[in-house]
Amino acid sequence: MLKAAGGLCARVLGFAVLLMSQLALADETESLKYNMTRGVTPVSQDIHGLHMQMFWWCVGIGVVVFGIMFVSMFLHRKSRGVKPANFHESTWLELTWTAIPILILVLMGIPASKSLINLYDTRESEVDVLITGYQWRWKYEILGEDVSFFSNLSTPRDEIEGFAEKNPNYLLEVDEPLVLPVGKKIRFIVTANDVIHNWWVPDFGVKRDAIPGFTNDSWAIIEEPGTYRGQCAELCGKDHGFMPIVVEAKTESEYRAWLDEKKAAAAALAELTEKTFTFDELYAQGEEVYNRSCAACHQANGEGLPGTFPSLHEGIAVGPIQDHIDVVVNGVPGTAMQAFGEQLSEVDIAAVVTYERNAWGNNMGDLAQPLDIYNHKQGK
Amino acid sequence: MSGGTYYVPEQSKLPIFASFGLFLTVFGAANWMNGNSSGPWLFFAGGLTFAAVLWNWFSIVISENMAGLNSPQLKRSYVIGMGWFIFSEVMFFAAFFGALFYIRALALPWLAGEGDGVDNALLWPGFANEWPLMTTPDMAANGENAIQKGPEAAMSWPGFGGLFSWLPFWNTVVLLTSSVTVHFAHTAIKNNNRKQFNIMLGVTVLLGFIFLFLQAEEYIHAYHELGLTLQSGIYGTTFFMLTGFHGAHVTMGTIMLLVMWLRSVLKGHFKPDDNFGFEAASWYWHFVDVVWVGLFFVVYVFG
Amino acid sequence: MAHGPAKGITRWLYTTNHKDIGSMYLWFSFAMFFLGGIFALVIRAELFQPGLQIVEPNFFNQMTTMHGLVMVFGAVMPAFVGLANWMIPMQIGAPDMALPRMNNWSFWILPFAFAMLSSTLFMDGGAPNFGWTFYAPLSTTYAPPSVTFFIFAIHIMGASSIMGAINIIATIVNMRAPGMTYMKMPLFVWTWLITAFLLIAVMPVLAGVVTMMLMDIHFGTSFFDAAGGGDPVLFQHVFWFFGHPEVYIMILPAFGIVSAIIPTFARKPLFGYASMVYATAAIAFLSFVVWAHHMFTVGLPIAGELFFMWATMLIAVPTGVKVFNWVATMFKGAMTFETPMLFSIAFVILFTIGGFSGLMLAIAPADFQYHDTYFVVAHFHYVLVPGAIFSITAGVYYWLPKWCGNMYNETMGKLHFWLAFIGLNVTFFPMHFSGLAGMPRRIPDYNMMFADWNMISSVGAFLFGAAQVLFLYNVIATIIGGKKATDEVWENPEGLEWTVPSPAPYHTFETPPEYK
Ligand code: HEA
Ligand code: HEA
Ligand code: HEC
Ligand code: CUA
Ligand SMILES: [Cu+2]
Repeated sequence: MLKAAGGLCARVLGFAVLLMSQLALADETESLKYNMTRGVTPVSQDIHGLHMQMFWWCVGIGVVVFGIMFVSMFLHRKSRGVKPANFHESTWLELTWTAIPILILVLMGIPASKSLINLYDTRESEVDVLITGYQWRWKYEILGEDVSFFSNLSTPRDEIEGFAEKNPNYLLEVDEPLVLPVGKKIRFIVTANDVIHNWWVPDFGVKRDAIPGFTNDSWAIIEEPGTYRGQCAELCGKDHGFMPIVVEAKTESEYRAWLDEKKAAAAALAELTEKTFTFDELYAQGEEVYNRSCAACHQANGEGLPGTFPSLHEGIAVGPIQDHIDVVVNGVPGTAMQAFGEQLSEVDIAAVVTYERNAWGNNMGDLAQPLDIYNHKQGK
Repeated sequence: MSGGTYYVPEQSKLPIFASFGLFLTVFGAANWMNGNSSGPWLFFAGGLTFAAVLWNWFSIVISENMAGLNSPQLKRSYVIGMGWFIFSEVMFFAAFFGALFYIRALALPWLAGEGDGVDNALLWPGFANEWPLMTTPDMAANGENAIQKGPEAAMSWPGFGGLFSWLPFWNTVVLLTSSVTVHFAHTAIKNNNRKQFNIMLGVTVLLGFIFLFLQAEEYIHAYHELGLTLQSGIYGTTFFMLTGFHGAHVTMGTIMLLVMWLRSVLKGHFKPDDNFGFEAASWYWHFVDVVWVGLFFVVYVFG
Repeated sequence: MAHGPAKGITRWLYTTNHKDIGSMYLWFSFAMFFLGGIFALVIRAELFQPGLQIVEPNFFNQMTTMHGLVMVFGAVMPAFVGLANWMIPMQIGAPDMALPRMNNWSFWILPFAFAMLSSTLFMDGGAPNFGWTFYAPLSTTYAPPSVTFFIFAIHIMGASSIMGAINIIATIVNMRAPGMTYMKMPLFVWTWLITAFLLIAVMPVLAGVVTMMLMDIHFGTSFFDAAGGGDPVLFQHVFWFFGHPEVYIMILPAFGIVSAIIPTFARKPLFGYASMVYATAAIAFLSFVVWAHHMFTVGLPIAGELFFMWATMLIAVPTGVKVFNWVATMFKGAMTFETPMLFSIAFVILFTIGGFSGLMLAIAPADFQYHDTYFVVAHFHYVLVPGAIFSITAGVYYWLPKWCGNMYNETMGKLHFWLAFIGLNVTFFPMHFSGLAGMPRRIPDYNMMFADWNMISSVGAFLFGAAQVLFLYNVIATIIGGKKATDEVWENPEGLEWTVPSPAPYHTFETPPEYK
């Protein structure tokens, strides 16, 4: 049975060599990334160190254990004419191989515990960000700055469905990235609005579950300016794979400038609430809003998914307009239909309601103005 | 087979019919809950099938035993089986007790903002941890608009003064007494005292019914006068889940004991040295009783 | 008592014979393995390259969920119960299982439960789509209506498992042949005794958690809703209190099988029998206090985090004892490498690799990068596929000649092994890399940087699947014909099962044998 035993060794080795050669190649082609990122924060680098340390321990133990196994598979095989020994016990041996792993584990566990305690220390932060997961987008709020906005996937449908070439940041790009200053201790406070999500940016070593009704926190000091990408890391329903995270780390002054810009934009939007729009303006804007915020559930053609998301060709969307506005503003509690009153501006809600009532053959002919939405929110 | 070897039964139609009955029951229940009109029909058809199979199954087991087919070893298998079944029930209850402990010891304090790095006050401003939980986080944060509302009044410890007019206290008395009477019944049958056995077992069954009656009263009181329902936040949730799940077990136990009583009264079953059917039911009863004592303290006295 | 099997279909429907029931369990599990495997192939086909090609995201999630559920509850657990039914009575010298009618009941619940579960694929809103871990509130408030059917399916298959486990315990405790003391029992019997205990301890907890879901969905309770004072994380605690012991339920009997096979083909007694027993018990005990290692990122208090990290790491010690014992058994033996042995050796190596990645996951800070990535998927497929599935395969090749009296074709067996071995590594090894590179699990589409690894994985999956078709062919061919097997089948194997003729008569040990 030399062939079988030899074959097994050869296979395992051959496979390892194959992988190694791919790993060597990997340095050149970014597409063959194969190891954990070192990242750009003290925590992520710490974790990377632990990871590598653990990895080499395992390799070491593996070499010893598998080595002995392969040697005896080679030497102590019947086809070589050996006679089997008959020992089946050895107290000292068994004690040794209980004690050594314990020792190794302690050696692994101590640095890990230290890192963990450090990772949990979110005190004395300089910037606090409240992050809320929604199906399927993120909301960011810089606490104390009066800046808050939503961040949606911006990859075009055509790329996803294969009608257009995929860009390098395919599925990892958003319309409005979060901007943060470098060199400051940033505290991320994470929660969710509907189901559990998870806010994960590998380069920061931050991965926190966003749990509806509870907050969690974590921290990072970003050491290098740059664009960092991550993804939602907890199954949160249909579009779990389509809610990326993009963070741009900038200098303190650039960050300040961004804050001011955001505030100015919010003020400009508030003014628009007073304005009266034409049907066409609303319809055009509504289509855009609908595809960004609603199509994920109700589908681009408004037909929904039977049993899960209702069709908008019947029911409230073709009923009294006040009810329609109410559903969009306040949502339907206890269902996936969120309250969009806080998520979308008055203009956007007016637009999307107008769009839904008149798109896909829904010919209601009426429209909603931003002021109607504003009044509805104020309880008329 | 005889001569002390193990009795391996003939082929039997019972298991597959039992499986079918069980399937129909739950399939019907699921349809019912999802609002399909066939649901209740399927559910009751399944339940009937299942009950009929069980009836047959137990009759056969009993007649096999009376025919002397059961070796002492097989009887031991029944004992072991019942013991581990009760252990599985213990773990079932453990899940619900565990949930209550977790909520009270951890979740509610966190919701109220206790603990390191917890900012739940951002989400539920004004929420305070109390038990029984009358003001849910939703109410604290959203006031009148809240959907998840707490109860209007809770079902808690009235102090020693109010003890005797307190229903749970009487429930405890009833159940504890029944545990004693079932034990007396057991001693009676061991001493071959059929009459006392029937009386004691009969009293136990009666006490079981009284308990269930009182619990029904209590639920009506809770729903109508205290505004305490399954929907009233986590307090109502845990209160009804624990007591209700226990109540379901009392119902099962009472039926089991009732059957044993009928077997004794009508058929003269059970011998001083061969009464495991009854003994198993009595173990179950003691188990249900112990759970109640736990409930009494955890849900009522310290609730 | 009847002496031979009854004729026709009723033999199977109404049987009380442990061998018939064992066979039914094994065939059922084989069918479920193929069903779960087909779901896996849908996943792998969609992930073959970036972009959405074959299925909708929602359907993809249903595939992931059903794949996990069917493999865990439909393939692996029933396969082990099947082996237990066949082998435990024969290994301890008992005429049958302790409670033969209940035994048949335990089995027949399963086809109904899985029919109900699979029928959800055709319901409005589709099958469960919230992962096999069905975290609330995705599985409650936000679930498709079929979740109710899923809940009841879990209920009845849980009842089946509990009854099966009670039966096994009663058999082992009560039916051993005279002289078969506990410390003389074959390890497969020992590992099953402990597994059965785990089952009885945790299946009711699973039933408890799905009951809470049912209440939240249909009766307005707020177990998992913070607005009413509940907590979604409560779900995870209760689920993993079941879930972690569950993963050991899927590996302990495997340890038992491998501990039977390696000594036979090393022609040397198992090294460290007693420590094997203690290690198994230690693993089972520890499995109750490590559950929150699945929840390192939910925001446990630091003390909890540390406790669960250290407790989890400890499991490496008794598991290591087992691995070392197997290696020591091979050491200085006189080994041959028939198919069961090949699968067992691959088991030891690849399970250990899976254990290593498990240990890395146990390091809480590092788990912040690994959690919910393909690194985790790689970990658990390494412990489950070459772990549970390979050990079952090894056991089937090892005992099949005893069951049907024919020897399988060794060349085909080896071919099956090598195809499976290569296919498996090609499928699951690259997942370590895509995971470390940052690919989350349960996603239907991904960025191009993960494309190469995924393409390799998908190719491997189809290769591995093809190998299993060969297995099916092997088994059927052996049952139909082939060289007659001797009563001992192998050279001097240890155990009572080898003292009865091949094929094993319908009833064995009607009078208990005297064991040494
Ligand atoms: C058969 C199933 C099985 C088995 C046996 C194991 C075994 C182990 N598992 Fe695994 N695990 C799963 C099935 C299994 N797991 C599944 C299904 C999931 C995912 C669930 C989901 O989310 O869907 C999971 C997830 C999972 C996680 C959560 C990951 C995450 O979601 O973030 C963790 C974290 O600690 C973990 C750890 C371990 C450890 C430490 C072991 C240990 O038992 C391993 C011990 C073995 C060894 C270490 C190798 C041999 C030992 C030696 C050679 C001795 C010397 C070694 C040293 C001292 C290093 N597992
Ligand atoms: C014992 C359990 C078990 C087993 C055996 C397997 C086996 C396999 N699993 Fe498993 N898997 C899980 C348990 C298991 N898995 C669990 C618990 C999850 C987590 C689910 C969740 O996230 O909720 C998971 C998740 C999971 C994922 C991640 C999905 C995601 O995150 O979205 C993937 C992806 O590749 C995968 C692939 C495979 C493959 C390719 C196999 C292969 O080994 C399957 C091989 C079998 C066959 C292919 C069938 C036999 C052949 C035929 C039917 C003939 C036709 C085929 C050909 C001719 C080619 N599995
Ligand atoms: C995460 C999924 C999701 C998203 C995103 C979503 N909806 Fe809904 N929507 C639902 C669900 C689920 C319901 C059904 C609620 C119920 O059970 O009554 C619903 C119901 C509705 C209804 C009432 C339909 C009826 O006849 O009862 C309208 C109108 C509506 N949504 C509009 C919108 C608009 C406008 C948007 C975007 C701005 C949007 N939805 C985004 C899930 C969603
Ligand atoms: Cu959000 Cu996954
Ligand atoms: Cu685990």
